[in-house]
Amino acid sequence: MAEEMRIVLRNYGKIDPLKIDDYIAQGGYKSLEKARSMDKKALMDEVKKSNLRGRGGAGFNCGMKWSFAASAQADQKYVVCNADEGEPGTYKDRLIMEGDPHTLIEGMAVCAYAIGATKGYIYLRGEYLFLVETLETAIAQAKEKGFLKDFDLEVRSGAGAYVCGEETALIESIEGKRGEPRFKPPYPPNEGLWSKPTIVNNVETYANIPVILEKGADWYAGIGVASYPGTKVLTLTGDVVNRTFFEVPTDTTIRDVVFTFGGGVRDGKRFKAVQIGGTSGAFIPESLLDTRVAFDDMNAIGATLGSGATFVMDETRDIVDVVTRIMKFFEHESCGKCTPCREGTARMHELMEKINEGQGSDKDTALLNKLGNVMTYSCLCGLGQASPAPALTTIKHFAADYQAKMK
Amino acid sequence: MVSITIDGIKASVPDGSTILQAARSVGVAIPTLCYHPDQSIKANCRICVCEVEGNRLLQAACSQPVAEGMVIKTRSPKVLEARKTILELILANHPQDCLNCIRNGNCELQDLAMEYCIRENPFEFKVRGYKKDFSTPSLFRDQDKCIMCRRCIEACSVIQSVHALGVENRGHHAMVVPTLGMDLIDSPCIMCGQCIHACPVGAIGEVEYIEDFLKAVADPDKIVVTQIAPSVRVAIAEEIGMSTGEMPMETFVTGLRQIGFDYVLHTNFTADLTIVEEGNELLKRLSTGGTLPMFTSCSPGWVNFCETFYPDLLDNLSTCKSPQQMFGALAKTYWAEKMGVDPSKVYSVSIMPCVAKKFEAQRPEMNASGYQDVDVVLTTREIGRLFRMSGLDFTKLPPSNFDSWMGAYSGAAVIFGASGGVMEAALRTVYEVATGKTLEDVNFTATRGITGIKDAEVDLDGTKVKVAIANGLANARKLMNQVRAGESPYHFIEIMACPGGCIGGGGQPITKANAKRVERIEAIYVEDENLPVRKSHDNPEVKALYDEFLHEPLGHKSHELLHTHYHDNQKKYL
Repeated sequence: MAEEMRIVLRNYGKIDPLKIDDYIAQGGYKSLEKARSMDKKALMDEVKKSNLRGRGGAGFNCGMKWSFAASAQADQKYVVCNADEGEPGTYKDRLIMEGDPHTLIEGMAVCAYAIGATKGYIYLRGEYLFLVETLETAIAQAKEKGFLKDFDLEVRSGAGAYVCGEETALIESIEGKRGEPRFKPPYPPNEGLWSKPTIVNNVETYANIPVILEKGADWYAGIGVASYPGTKVLTLTGDVVNRTFFEVPTDTTIRDVVFTFGGGVRDGKRFKAVQIGGTSGAFIPESLLDTRVAFDDMNAIGATLGSGATFVMDETRDIVDVVTRIMKFFEHESCGKCTPCREGTARMHELMEKINEGQGSDKDTALLNKLGNVMTYSCLCGLGQASPAPALTTIKHFAADYQAKMK
Repeated sequence: MVSITIDGIKASVPDGSTILQAARSVGVAIPTLCYHPDQSIKANCRICVCEVEGNRLLQAACSQPVAEGMVIKTRSPKVLEARKTILELILANHPQDCLNCIRNGNCELQDLAMEYCIRENPFEFKVRGYKKDFSTPSLFRDQDKCIMCRRCIEACSVIQSVHALGVENRGHHAMVVPTLGMDLIDSPCIMCGQCIHACPVGAIGEVEYIEDFLKAVADPDKIVVTQIAPSVRVAIAEEIGMSTGEMPMETFVTGLRQIGFDYVLHTNFTADLTIVEEGNELLKRLSTGGTLPMFTSCSPGWVNFCETFYPDLLDNLSTCKSPQQMFGALAKTYWAEKMGVDPSKVYSVSIMPCVAKKFEAQRPEMNASGYQDVDVVLTTREIGRLFRMSGLDFTKLPPSNFDSWMGAYSGAAVIFGASGGVMEAALRTVYEVATGKTLEDVNFTATRGITGIKDAEVDLDGTKVKVAIANGLANARKLMNQVRAGESPYHFIEIMACPGGCIGGGGQPITKANAKRVERIEAIYVEDENLPVRKSHDNPEVKALYDEFLHEPLGHKSHELLHTHYHDNQKKYL
C-alpha cells in the first residue's frame, strides 16, 4: 500500500507559518548554516548528486542549473522563485508558501550563496496577493534573525497572465515589460533577469533544498524513481472522492494516486480519463494508469508530469467538450508573440468547437492533429508547444468520443 | 570555427554563427519573415524553423547558434510541413487582395506563398476587419495585413527612439498599435516612414497622391512644375529595374516630362540656396551670440521629432525652411514672375525620398506665396509607379535638360541626400564666406558615411568650429540630450531623421538592409565629384536670384519666403 511522504510539506499544518521560531524549532535554517560552511562547489555537487530535478515542469537537474549560473562571470546574479502558479487545478506552491514560507526562503538563500547572488525575487501569481503579507513577514523575520546576510529578497507580482509562469516571460514581467517569452538560448543561468545570470526555480524545487542538505543527497536520491527521485505534490480535482492534495514518492503509480489516495471515482461511477500536469497535460486512459508519476515515465507515454495537477473525469464526462474548453483557455492565454501559437491556439479552438457542435468531419480531426503537431515542435515557448496535448492525446486515446460527434 | 552539416553539406563556420548565417554562407536559403539584417533577432514568426538531429523540437534558424558536429536539415518533410502550416495560418486571416495592395510584387509574404505553393488553405478564411488608419497625410496603417513580426516596432523604438508603436492585447487579438491605441496622428509618430521599410508586407505604406497628380496633368489650366530632391536620382533606378545610381539625370528628366510635367526643376537649386541662407545664419549666430549649437532643419521627420520631444530646443533649430519649402515658396513667386505665368495656375509637385515631406507641405504656415507652396508630394516609389504605368523604356529615352531659373545646382546640393552632406555643403560655403579665401579641397570626408554619429572640427582662419552629424533619431537623441544638459561641445549639428540620410528616407524604394543605403551614399558622392560647380554659393542661378530678387542672405525677402518658425508639439501623455 502506497504511503504519503512529506518532504516539501513536512511542516504544513504543524507550525505557525508566521512564527519563525516554530520553523527554527523544526531544524529550520540549519541547512543554510550548513551550506554556508561548505565549499560552493561541494554544495552544488551535493545538490547535483541528489538528482533533484525542477518541479516546475521542465525537470532539469537543479544542481547542474545552479552550476551554470555559478560559473558565469557577472557583477550581479539573481535568484528568482517562480511562484506564478497559474496552472488550473494546481495549488501545491500555495500550500508551501502559506504553510511554510521559510522553507522556500531558506532554499533560495542556499541557492544565492551557491551561485553568488545577492538579490532575489519571489514572483507571485497575480491572484495570490493574499500571500504577499505572509511572504514579506517571513522575509522580514529571516532578515531580522540575520539568516539572510547580504541576500536581499523581494516579492514581485504579475497581473495574472498564465504565460508569465514561463521563466523568460516571468523575467520580462519582473523587468516591467509585457509578459512574453524570450527565445532560448541564451538560457537564464547565463543571461536572465536584466541580462544577468539568473536561477529561476519553482517553489517546490526550493522547498526540497533544506531537507536534501539536512539528510544528504544519497538519502534523497534513494526516494522514488532513480531518474526523478524525491516526492511530488499532487493536487486532485474533478470526479474523485478525495479532492485534496498528497505528497507522494515518485514511484507511485497514477492508479494509486487516483484510486488509493484519491479514493477512486465519485458516486460509484466508472473512470474515464485523468489529465495530469495541468491544462496542457495529456489525457490518460485507464490502460496507462500503471505509469509512475515520474518525469521520464510520464514522457514515455506521451504525457507530462507538469505541475502535478490531477484532474479525474468519470464515464459521463464529454471529453470533446472538455478539450474544447481547454482550447478556449489557450486561445485566451497565448501571448501572441509567435505565429504558430498566436494563430494556432485560435484555430485549435475553432476546430474543436466545430467538432463539439456536431459540425466536424474526419478532415477536421486530421487538421487538428497536423496543426497540433506543428505547434508542438514549432512554437517559441512551452505554452504553445504543450497546448495541443489535450487534443492530440484525446484524438489518440478517445477516438470514439470524436467519432460520436461527427456529422 | 565549428564543423556542421547542413542538408548533407559539410561546412566549417565561425563560432557563434546562427543556423541562418551558417546556411546562407554555404548557399542554403532559409525563409524568414521577422528577421531583419539590421535589427535584433526576434524568432517570433517561426517560418525559419529547421530540424536539428537529436532534437525533438524544430529550432528557429535565426536564433539558434550552431554547435560542433550539429547536423541540420532545412527542408525535411517535418520542416516543410511546419513552414507550410505556419504560412497557411498567417494567410487564413490575411486579406487576399494582393492585386490592389501597395506592396503587390514587393512583399515577403507573397513571395513565400508563391515559393511554398500555397493553393487551398485548410483553415477557414477570416479577415479581422480592423479599421484602417489614414489619419496622417504621410503614412497609413492597415492592421489586417499585419503579420506581427514587430519589425516596425523596432524601427520606431530602437532605430528612431520614437516609441510610437507597441503591442496591445494577447493571443490572436494581439496587434501593433500606436501609443495607447490612438490614431497615428495623435501618437508621437514623427512620420519618418522607417516602419514602411521594416514592414515585410503591406501593413504600413505611404499615402499615395498619384491620382491628384494625374488630375492636375489632365487639367489644361494647370502648369505642372516639379522639383526633384537630391537623393531621388540614385534610388529611382531601383524602382525600374536598374542598379542603384544607374539612371542618368538627363534621362530621368525626360521621363518626368513624359509622365506629364510641364517644367522640370530641381530641389538641388534650393538646396544650394539653403546653404547660403543657413551658412549665413550660422555665422550670424556665431558672431552675435545667438543660440548654439544650431541644428539643421531640412529633414521634416527630424523637425517633427524636435517639436515633439525637444520643444525646449526649438530656438536651436535653423529658421531656414527645408529646400522643398524654399522651392515651393519661390516657384509661385520668383519663378512665376520670371516666367510670366499666373501663380494661381502653378501646380507644384515635389518628388521626395520622404513621407514626412507630405506632412510638411501641408503645414498651415507653408503658404508664403499666398497659396499652398507645395501642392503635392510624391515619393520616389510613387514616381516609380508612374514610370511603370507609362511603360517608359529608359534605355531608349533621349536625354533632356532641366528648365531654367530653378534647375541649376552644385555638387554641394547633390550631397544633401546623404548623412553629413548638408554639413559638408555648409562648410564649403561657410569657409569661403567667413575667411574670404578659396577652399582648395572641398572634400570634408569626416562628415561622410552611415555611422550614426560623426563629428569634426573646422578651422575658419583661427576660429575653430565644432560640428556633429547624426542620422537616425536614436543617435540624434544622444546629441540632443547633451545640448539639453548644457554639455554639447558643438556649434553646428546636422540631423537627418533617417538612417544614412535622405537616401534611406521613408519614401525611397523599399530598403531591406542598410547595405543598400551605403550603396546609394556611394553613388551620391560620385555625382558630386563629377560636377563642375561644387560650392553652393557658386551656383550661377542662386547668384542671379540674390541679384534680382532676394538681394541679400537673411534679408527681408528671405525672411518672408525662406524662413519659418516651429511649434511645441509635445504630447501631453509623454
